[in-house]
Amino acid sequence: MSGFLGGLVFGLAGGITIALGTIMGVWAERKISGRVQMRLGPQEQGPFGLLQVPADTLKMMLKEDITPRNADARVFRFAPYVVFVPVAMGLVVIPFAVGWAPLDTSIGILFFLAVPSLSSIGMLLGGWSSRNTYATLGGMRAAAQMISYELPRTLSVLSIVLLAGSLRPLDVLDAWRVWWLPLIFVGFIVYYISSVAELNRGPFDIPEAESELVAGYFADYSGIRWGIFMMSEYGGLVAASLFGSAVFLGATRWLPGALGVIVFVLVAALIASSMIWIKWTFPRMRPDQLMRTAWKVLTPIALVQLAVVGVVVPWL
Amino acid sequence: MNIDELREHLCKEHPDLCPLFSIEFGDGVLLVDRGRLFDAAADLKELGFDRLGMVTAVDRDEEFELVYRLTSRAMSCGMFLKCRVPRENPRGRSLVPLWPAALWQEREVYDLFGIEFEGHPDLRRILLPEDWDGHPLRKDYADDRMIRRPDYI
Amino acid sequence: MTMEVESRREVSGEDDLARQELVVNVGPSHPSTHGVCRVIVHVDGEVVTKAEPVIGYLHRGIEKMCENRTYLQVVPLTDRLDYVGSMYANWAYCRAVERLASIRVPERAEYLRVIVCEMQRIASHMMALGSSAADTGAASMFIYAFDERERIVELFEELCGARLTYNYVRPGGVSFDAPEGWTDRLKDFTNNHRTALSEMDRLFFGNVIARGRMKGIGVLSAEDAVSWGASGPVARGSGVNWDLRKHDSYSVYPRFDFDVPTGSNGDAYDRGRCRLFECYESCRIIEQAAAQMPEGPVKTDGLSRLISPRPGDAYDHIESARGSLGVYVVSEGGPRPYRVKFRSPAFCNLALLPMLAEGHTLSDLVVVLGSLDPVFGEVDR
Repeated sequence: MSGFLGGLVFGLAGGITIALGTIMGVWAERKISGRVQMRLGPQEQGPFGLLQVPADTLKMMLKEDITPRNADARVFRFAPYVVFVPVAMGLVVIPFAVGWAPLDTSIGILFFLAVPSLSSIGMLLGGWSSRNTYATLGGMRAAAQMISYELPRTLSVLSIVLLAGSLRPLDVLDAWRVWWLPLIFVGFIVYYISSVAELNRGPFDIPEAESELVAGYFADYSGIRWGIFMMSEYGGLVAASLFGSAVFLGATRWLPGALGVIVFVLVAALIASSMIWIKWTFPRMRPDQLMRTAWKVLTPIALVQLAVVGVVVPWL
Repeated sequence: MNIDELREHLCKEHPDLCPLFSIEFGDGVLLVDRGRLFDAAADLKELGFDRLGMVTAVDRDEEFELVYRLTSRAMSCGMFLKCRVPRENPRGRSLVPLWPAALWQEREVYDLFGIEFEGHPDLRRILLPEDWDGHPLRKDYADDRMIRRPDYI
Repeated sequence: MTMEVESRREVSGEDDLARQELVVNVGPSHPSTHGVCRVIVHVDGEVVTKAEPVIGYLHRGIEKMCENRTYLQVVPLTDRLDYVGSMYANWAYCRAVERLASIRVPERAEYLRVIVCEMQRIASHMMALGSSAADTGAASMFIYAFDERERIVELFEELCGARLTYNYVRPGGVSFDAPEGWTDRLKDFTNNHRTALSEMDRLFFGNVIARGRMKGIGVLSAEDAVSWGASGPVARGSGVNWDLRKHDSYSVYPRFDFDVPTGSNGDAYDRGRCRLFECYESCRIIEQAAAQMPEGPVKTDGLSRLISPRPGDAYDHIESARGSLGVYVVSEGGPRPYRVKFRSPAFCNLALLPMLAEGHTLSDLVVVLGSLDPVFGEVDR
């Protein structure tokens, strides 16, 4: 019983954290994009416009939830969850402090890399079931992109695993040393770029590609189902930057104790902000350029990084 | 090149076109009949008129006047090529083989005037829907929804 | 809402594998069609095998409406043709009418016309650059470009009270003289604009992704540009050095010192870059014109509101932001034109789309369309 209660409390707390993270993500996106574009962004609702996102969420929940007549209704309604749940699940293995992660498992890193990628199935389902040419193309693009960028991302994370000698995030955090930073810097760049691609964010947002595919795989969604797609994007953004901050950069270890946690959150916020900054500055890549970047640039770099780490490890 | 030089040049190169050439409002006009339209256009293209600027038509009651505006980059000047086609059987020759620019412009003339162009590869309506009745730029075109402004101005 | 087109059809590739070609119906309402254009695109995977523009969604029958109005009443209609470059259609129409009715225009009015048209060129190019940047996904560049456009629109508002449909150039002159201090503010604008232009050049055309997206896309050869009747930056991007302001000069343009930027590759990148450099040249022309502008009236005195030219026809053209904009006016005597035809450069340039987009990907289609810079008010008329 206590296990059940604990799970319930934990689940609620996790849900609220994800919601808060998403809200902050959306708010940061709107504020930063506003500043990039010489505007102010939201500012009327609450302090610094912080309540804008909850208000939008409320609006989305009240909006009519439309299923197109020709769509495959069951798949269409189900697809947003298939996208959101894996992304949210990725958050549970992130080590939030030294010695504490919501889910402490010996395959945590594998879990983080594998489970959120399942959301590409949801994108494909959403795109295909809409029976809309834009959405179909968007779904196809999403699947192709996610699969391609999985490789450099995994390879770059592998160098960390090699250094730490464990797939358990808490072990990685324990084993973390400052001199890792220069060694895996290139790997971090690869991780960063492929995370942006994995999240379908600009300049890699080809599955959504507003100017070509209108909104890609969620072109036909409205109301809260559309909101779930958007939430999973920001959930993924939060997860990727937290993971990068903790596991890659070891930011939690930079300062002792609770201060370390603050540094960890700040570094994660910095990573997320720079991702937003990049999105609003760069044009979008073409699908074939995107694939070329993944296979011909990032994958070889990640392999070289892995080889370098592999040479270093026996000397430890 | 000014207009008199153009006339001189044209008369020297193509004496047969010379009597058809006139000057109106400072612009050279070559008025040919339907059978000679394509050859005259080809001659003018050879003469240096490398751009077909405009294709249009004017409803002159019993006949339509096809108006082509040709421009020469080398001579820095433009001129008209005109051709009259009867109203009962409005058919012109397509200039698409000479200038692909005519591709859409002739479609537009076909759409709005109902003049057919022989040799056009893809003569369909372009601005109006496929099932539109009539050709609106004809003077006798009537439509219930059309509002005529009163004549008192 | 997509119209029901035969949406999938079997194609057989060279490898004899049965493949399906998908028909994507882009538009009539789509973020990248710059108005209401529908393009029926056949794609094999991502590659466009056939693109067919369907136009006419904004056809208002302006040429027919002109036949029903007096010469002066037509001027506001010309505003509605190219709604991001109203001054051009105003001017081209007025030049044709002035030629037909032998109306003389005071010199100050000619200078004002040149100034407003060069400002309009900048405004229109800013729109073109911004929206073609937005087509490639660079959302911020769009805002920067529109910010520059906004400053011009403000100056126009000060000049004639309108921000979009100016109705400023009239047969026999212009409607209002420049207000006090206007030319000084114009000078401030051109100074600031140069900085903004070089910033945009670095931000967008210097960006490696933007280069990758635009270089080698939609290549138009110089011969094709001439024979397809392309004009303006579309032709000049292909290296066709043809600018009516220079080569068939009109109004007071021969008095100004300016260059005609041309590209060499004829791709989307060169077309966009041409537009950017033209803005520098426009700044030069504006500054020279503002300095040389004589005092005097801006309208011809004693011109009847009922202009009734003698029978005949006249054609005149000017270099608009999109190319050579021609107006053909036929008079049969009376106070109304018998026929008015607008030779719209956007219409001719858009005809190139099927040729340029074929073989590229769907993502390139919007880049090609953006680089042709069609304005559908002018295409459909």
